Amino acid sequence: MNRNGVSGTGVTISEAAKQAAARRMEIFARRHRFKIVEVVPWVVALAVFFAFPNYLALGAQILATVLYALSLDLVLGYAGIVTLGHAAFFGTGAYAAGLMAAHGMGEPFLGLAVAALAAAAVGFVTGSIILRTHGLPLLMQTLMVATMLYELANKANSITGGADGLQGMAVKPVFGLFRFDLYGRTAYLYCLGVLFVGWLVVRRIVHSPFGRSLTGIRENEARMHAIGTPVFRRRLTAYSISAALAGIAGALVAQTTQFVAVDALGFERSGNILIMLLLGGIGRLYGGFIGVPLYMIAQDRFAEIDPVYWYFWIGLLLVLVVMFARGGALGVAERLMRRRDAGQ
Amino acid sequence: MSEIFAASVSILFHGLAFAMVLYLISVGLSVTMGLMGFVNLAHGVFAMFGGYAATTLMSVYGVPFPLALAAAVVLVAAASVVCERVLYRRLYGGAELDQVLMTIGLVFMAAASAKYFWGPLAQPFQPPEILRGQIDLGFREFPTYRSFLILCGAVLVTALWLGLDRTVFGAKIRAAVDNLRMAQAVGINTSRLFTLSFALGSGLAALGGGLGAEILPIYPGYPTDYLVDFLIVVSVGGLGSIRGPFFAALLLGVSDTAFKYLLPELGSFFIYALTLALLMWRPRGLVGPS
Repeated sequence: MNRNGVSGTGVTISEAAKQAAARRMEIFARRHRFKIVEVVPWVVALAVFFAFPNYLALGAQILATVLYALSLDLVLGYAGIVTLGHAAFFGTGAYAAGLMAAHGMGEPFLGLAVAALAAAAVGFVTGSIILRTHGLPLLMQTLMVATMLYELANKANSITGGADGLQGMAVKPVFGLFRFDLYGRTAYLYCLGVLFVGWLVVRRIVHSPFGRSLTGIRENEARMHAIGTPVFRRRLTAYSISAALAGIAGALVAQTTQFVAVDALGFERSGNILIMLLLGGIGRLYGGFIGVPLYMIAQDRFAEIDPVYWYFWIGLLLVLVVMFARGGALGVAERLMRRRDAGQ
Repeated sequence: MSEIFAASVSILFHGLAFAMVLYLISVGLSVTMGLMGFVNLAHGVFAMFGGYAATTLMSVYGVPFPLALAAAVVLVAAASVVCERVLYRRLYGGAELDQVLMTIGLVFMAAASAKYFWGPLAQPFQPPEILRGQIDLGFREFPTYRSFLILCGAVLVTALWLGLDRTVFGAKIRAAVDNLRMAQAVGINTSRLFTLSFALGSGLAALGGGLGAEILPIYPGYPTDYLVDFLIVVSVGGLGSIRGPFFAALLLGVSDTAFKYLLPELGSFFIYALTLALLMWRPRGLVGPS
């Protein structure tokens, strides 16, 4: 088949090539449709709610962190912006929701909205400054932005509580009906619902023409520029949307734990989410759904025993995944499936 | 008036000592990033282990100071060659993200190992007898060890710059930084060059870690807590440059000391803002092509 897909240039196109092209087109046209596999995470999440009533507090944290991973995947996996400062948005959201609740405006959804707006504003302002660069300078600037916000939050004792963290939050019941209980039942379902909506949004974005253009920019920025894509604006839009989602994730953690620590803006918060996403698989939408629970459950089990060993093994795992298991768990699964298909 | 003068002299003096340590540690990172195009977040690991090796040799085995430093440099350089051959090499020319994650993994492993073998506290550092106390430089007294640091730094910087300008090895590095393919085409063994310059950079980092243990205490959080400083020096200085990071280190060392002295509340905040502004102005650093 010739490049333009136009036959009649005198070249005979084999039937097999035609069929292969048609199949590719069909896969492409159906990419956005819901597949049966995509129900699995939600069924599992609901099953966990009934099966492990004692672990719902941890479960709520995991769900919120999955949303955080999803926001990172949008900017890193699809738009290809390598960031070491995503905690800037997580923390901004957490402090926004936290301050609202601490000053008598504890309506949870209002808190989420304000957190999303605040984080998106930070993403938009800093993004419009730093997204003009690429590579290491960009990496450095994302790190600088997060570190500056961390310093600010740490020093602004009277507002944020500084190193002691923000206390005195009073979050109102969800829909005015469901109080946040001690067992984390409300928290779990609340986070699950927000995550579900966030997932729908991100899924819609990555399959939209806008999302396709992001992937194009990631793969070949010069070419996208040449065909008339407003590259900077697209990157900035993706960055701001991702910031808003990360802000919502931060707000969820703040509201369900009724506490904001200054760590919410720290380097570890930016680094660990990268690791969780890497373990699951970057740029695949579901990396966070696999990597985050794996990491956080393992951390909950092992880190209590000995945090020193925990970091050693995580470091080793990171090196091994980068060296031998590109694409994390989902990447390995994809390769195994392909091998199976090829074997048939 | 004399008070302001005394304060500025203090700031300059301590800033200079800090800058020398920063430069020694970071210059190797600049070469790794500029020459191999490798985003190496694990460079501080080499400095930390250099510091651990030097302090342990001195305090536990009673090895004299210069000998302990030399041993630390050799040990770390040898270990870095193994790392480069086994790990780094596979990711040259690969995705930035893979490099970032692999080196974060190395940092985690190194920090955990350091905590396991040496415990969570900072290592005690005792300079030899003649370098303790104060030294009288005519118009006022200065801490002897820091004066020694500045002197050492000046000698090493001169040696490094002369070496890069006058030796064949230096010319090869400059050629490879400028144009890697062309360097390969004219017959430079870039693979060996990478390994050697990586070892040299790590060795210098180990030396900086050992010499600077008084300013940057050696403890398991070392590679993460000072990472931002090393990265600032390299990215502001200009990747692949040998001279650029020196000026960046001077800028960071002196301004950091000044801010900590004059504005302890928001000192580090201004440093980061300054870095951000510098990187916006010249994304490739002060010395790199704009």
